[in-house]
Amino acid sequence: MSILIGRDTRVIVQGITGRDGSFHARSMKEYGTAVVGGVTPGKGGQALDGIPVFDTVAEAVNATGANCTAIFVPARAAAGALAEACDAGLPLIACITEGIPVLDMIGQSRKIARAGARLIGPNCPGLITPGAAKVGIMPGRIHLPGNIGVISRSGTLTYEVVWALTRAGMGQSTCVGVGGDPVIGTKFIELLELFEADPGTAGVVLIGEIGGDDEEKAAEFIRSSMKKPVAAFISGRTAPPEKRMGHAGAIVSGGRGTAEAKVEALKSAGVPVADRPDQIPDLLAEKLSGVRGGSER
Amino acid sequence: MKLHEYQAKELLREHGIPVPEGRVARTPEEAGALAGEIGCPVMIKAQVLVGGRGKAGGVKMAKDPAEAVSLARAILGMKIKGIEVQQVLVARAVDISSEYYVSLTVDRASKSIQCIASASGGMEIEEIAEKEPHKIVRFTVDPESGLARGAHYDSLARAFGAGPGAEQAWQIVSGMYGLFTGKDCSLVEINPCALTPAGSLVAADAKVILDDNALFRHPELEKYRSAEEYGADEMDARSQGLSYVEMDGTIGCIVNGAGLAMATMDLIKYSGGSPANFLDVGGSSNPEKVLHALRIISKNPRVTAILINIFGGITRCDDIARGILMAKEKLAIPVPLTIRLIGTNEKEGRALLQAAGVEAFTELTEAVQAVVRGTPRERARA
Repeated sequence: MSILIGRDTRVIVQGITGRDGSFHARSMKEYGTAVVGGVTPGKGGQALDGIPVFDTVAEAVNATGANCTAIFVPARAAAGALAEACDAGLPLIACITEGIPVLDMIGQSRKIARAGARLIGPNCPGLITPGAAKVGIMPGRIHLPGNIGVISRSGTLTYEVVWALTRAGMGQSTCVGVGGDPVIGTKFIELLELFEADPGTAGVVLIGEIGGDDEEKAAEFIRSSMKKPVAAFISGRTAPPEKRMGHAGAIVSGGRGTAEAKVEALKSAGVPVADRPDQIPDLLAEKLSGVRGGSER
Repeated sequence: MKLHEYQAKELLREHGIPVPEGRVARTPEEAGALAGEIGCPVMIKAQVLVGGRGKAGGVKMAKDPAEAVSLARAILGMKIKGIEVQQVLVARAVDISSEYYVSLTVDRASKSIQCIASASGGMEIEEIAEKEPHKIVRFTVDPESGLARGAHYDSLARAFGAGPGAEQAWQIVSGMYGLFTGKDCSLVEINPCALTPAGSLVAADAKVILDDNALFRHPELEKYRSAEEYGADEMDARSQGLSYVEMDGTIGCIVNGAGLAMATMDLIKYSGGSPANFLDVGGSSNPEKVLHALRIISKNPRVTAILINIFGGITRCDDIARGILMAKEKLAIPVPLTIRLIGTNEKEGRALLQAAGVEAFTELTEAVQAVVRGTPRERARA
């Protein structure tokens, strides 16, 4: 079991003929994902490794029955690509593109909400249900099918943690990168809720970073509404204040959004926080055995 | 991109917001001449992109042009939080009977634009929130419908008082909203928003931060970019598509991805070292970026070792390896390199490095411990 994507996911790739879009469309397909089509305006009728290319998202959806899209278009074209995906009625949109103006995302998030679609990202690695489907840019081979859910604001740091889990023999149900921008589609809490309800997930790893207060809100949700164990890692403990650390959302401003505050909030909600990414498997395993012990009593 | 006060005020003025007359001077004589033109008393205000100018003595009032010259002489060249003052704003001094606060920012939670207004201003909003939270009014603006004269007007009236105060505040916030949405800002703040004895609201001080991601839509704002916000090396890095922040440690880092870059810095610290910088080579793969990253880090005289940490996703390890080899050929890298390479096209990347006699770690913790201990697998050639 898993959340959001699985064997029945049929993906199209927006921006499939670009350098990154074509590379990752191939890589998703090689992983075994049903990549059923691609979209690049003006290139309809072509094909990429047997994947048909369409001029518009609507045409692609009509022809392929796609139920998910991965967006790889350049930042300037991203708002248009999101709107098109929405209008075509796609229920799940993973936007990999980084550098989208925040006002564009504010505008599109209304449209996405009205359409009842779910957006993952932007500026994210996408999501993967190991062994079933990969919609994004993460290297497939570091994953292992299993029962640990992973949610993260980062891309490569997620890989680091997933790799540590895999080496420890702890496979993953689904891994989701929510994105590093200030305005994103799906947040920690919504995913924690999905994992809590997913019978295929036994425990969750949360990977946060400085900026905003989503980790604090997640901590509150875990305290009030979760039975499954959660372990966390927060990056940016050494980041200087008032400096944007790469991600537009990663900034400590006016003393808010610090790593210390997030670690504190999580710990007080009973979530162990690792000092190093490779400590996560042990921390989570400990919590998991605690849960099992509890249920035996 | 952060703007100087005088730049922020230029934009406010363009959007119909009352701003005290003022212009910027780079020499004491210029400041004196401006004081004469504008009419004294004037404020002489250091233009630096850090807070705490007033406390540092960078904001003074001059009663005549001669005093403007001497105050400008004292302020120009002064260092505020390590930043040298290179220009001062000479602005007409306003009589202030009370100070308000008003700002627009992006609200992450509601995914909309948030207005914060307060009946007390002149200090940081965090301080107001702590001392007089009851005076703060917040509301969010739906970007599709924009500012609404009904509900939003009433909210402003709670901070600025009903009557003429509310009407002027409404006009000011409308102008701010036009600026925020028209120029893609991430912050527009007027603090203090000053009420004069004659009953007019004016923007006595202002801050504007532009969304870097949207600058492509506003080429006219490029002129506001100053080396002060980023420093020469940070500007250099930006022009190469790298995200770079200099810190005060000794271990240079080159990482792909912001989260992993921060975690790598944290891990260096945790292992007993100190990071010299944050550097994210970005999502897309390009060997040239590694070359530029190594070039920029090699310029930092404090750096005694460099750690390259790549977990390839969209970044391909072979592109990184090519960049490393290109840099070794073209640059004299003065310190040892420790490389950690894993992920997309790892096999190809490792093969390229191995063929050139360069070794790379697989595990991050091991690589960090090696660089902190000063035992990289590859030593710099003497």
